[in-house]
Amino acid sequence: MNWGEIIQYALFAASVAAMTAGLVFVLAGAIGVIRLPDFYTRMHSAGVTDTLGAELIVLGLVLQAHDWQTVAKLALVGLLLFLTSPTATHAIANAAHRAGHKPHLSRFRPPHPSEAGKPAGKGTS
Amino acid sequence: MFYGVSLTAILVALWLTLSGPFTLSGDYPIVMTLGVVSITLAVALTFRMRIVDRETVPVAPAFPLFAYWSWLGGEILKANLAVTRLVMKPELDIEPRLVRVPAEQRSGLGLCVFANSITLTPGTVTVDVEEDGFLVHALDTSFTDPAGFAEMGARSDAASDGKRETR
Repeated sequence: MNWGEIIQYALFAASVAAMTAGLVFVLAGAIGVIRLPDFYTRMHSAGVTDTLGAELIVLGLVLQAHDWQTVAKLALVGLLLFLTSPTATHAIANAAHRAGHKPHLSRFRPPHPSEAGKPAGKGTS
Repeated sequence: MFYGVSLTAILVALWLTLSGPFTLSGDYPIVMTLGVVSITLAVALTFRMRIVDRETVPVAPAFPLFAYWSWLGGEILKANLAVTRLVMKPELDIEPRLVRVPAEQRSGLGLCVFANSITLTPGTVTVDVEEDGFLVHALDTSFTDPAGFAEMGARSDAASDGKRETR
């Protein structure tokens, strides 16, 4: 086993680690979309998916690329995501705001699942 | 003229990067010819539309912008971890807020970079652009720190329009 192979294995391990971390954030974003109460708060959770989740997966792919052209193309994909995803998020949020959709602005604190069935506690909205 | 030349250079570099090896054998003469034709057409169209200026070809602020984006990357990482922690907690406990953030950027480019940075950081989304600021929706009161917004605004302004003193 020479240095070239060692570096190759290290890059592969780093790539798998980056993609796994990306998947964790994508999953967290999806769970947030289900758990959060209204449109605007769900949008924040979707933001986790398209910033850190997507960029970490692209980073993992960059670490597996063999020539610089693939790296450059993937970097362009990452840059495009970086520039377009906030624009799309703002477009959606602005459309909802202009259509008169009111955000939920009080404290949101649903009861713990273990207390389900008991009389409604404080803070359930 | 300067912006036209830089636009052409950027398009040539982009075409060469995206279209394979730099040889003229096989099918590549056709590829290169198509590249020359499409780049000429694109540059001619942008000149005819008179949109070649500092804002559409941001070459001067490119390096400061990349430096700013690497700082922003760190902020995005921190905010992502904060949002993930809030969302994955067994007891969900959030307090959403709508806040006004003052924006003192000097150009449209600076405003755009600032608004996009706020949206790109999870936990805060720019909902509306007003006369002298943004309406920002925050997931929790912990994301509405005015000092954080002020620092991001100052950095994005410096990155897109140079230092304040040289006005």
